[in-house]
Amino acid sequence: MSATTATATLTNGPGAAAVLAAGIGSFALGLFAVLAEKITTLKSWTNFYNPTGPLSGVTTMAVIVWLAAWAILNLRWRGREVRLVLVSRIALALLAVGMLLTIPPIADLF
Amino acid sequence: MEITTRSLWTLIHGMGFGALYLMACSGALVELYRRYCTHNSVEPSSRDETFLRVYLAVMAGLAWLAVVTGSYIIYPWYRAKPPAGTANLAVYPRYLLLSSPTTSGWHNMGMEWKEYIAWIVPIAITMAAVVVMQYGRRLKDHPQLRNTILCFVWASLLSAGIAGFFGAMLNKNAPVEGGDTIHLVQGESK
Repeated sequence: MSATTATATLTNGPGAAAVLAAGIGSFALGLFAVLAEKITTLKSWTNFYNPTGPLSGVTTMAVIVWLAAWAILNLRWRGREVRLVLVSRIALALLAVGMLLTIPPIADLF
Repeated sequence: MEITTRSLWTLIHGMGFGALYLMACSGALVELYRRYCTHNSVEPSSRDETFLRVYLAVMAGLAWLAVVTGSYIIYPWYRAKPPAGTANLAVYPRYLLLSSPTTSGWHNMGMEWKEYIAWIVPIAITMAAVVVMQYGRRLKDHPQLRNTILCFVWASLLSAGIAGFFGAMLNKNAPVEGGDTIHLVQGESK
């Protein structure tokens, strides 16, 4: 198959998987940051690297969730057309919530 | 003229990786919008496409370097705990800021926000770079995908801006100092 044909038939599945996974990763970052601050056990568990403290575990876990979600969604949606408008809305909502959860006064509400 | 190793790392992190990322962001936003908007009838050349792919890959590299150096090289110096009875907190920025109600907000709001939101940046821009590499000019056929990527790049610009602003203000109020001294230029005393 030529490169031209391959790109011409590219479905929206892989792109949708990438944006949704980025949304999930961003949300996971905000969620883990809040949970690590509120739950003492989680705070000490996320202390992967002592000089950096819980930040090391929170960010490592968020990156793992992001990459795992990307790999799984890409496997499921590769070569498929998905409802991109819906997927994009969910991804952007997750991104927005993830960003909001990193703001200290908002995180303190929980 | 001299600089400490910790100050040098702070410069590399903030002025090198962080500021360069912020400057590159506007270019990425313009190019992503201009090249792949549906009413642009001009097809980007393969050379142009390669340039944008490399540009976004370099931005992703800068974002990862910024968060890794920030979290694993500078932040440990910032949050180091002073030994009991230490009066001079100059090399313990976190405790220096928290020692006064006029500066504690820079830590409680600034650093607490910056340390996490900065990690949104590499996630967003890596995704954008990979999708552009994967789709190239076919992004024109997927306007919704292109718009979502643009939103993620905007979010990365906002996140990097917040992290950069607080980084600069934290360094102004309680600079990360210490380590070996590097002599840059031998000055003359008058």
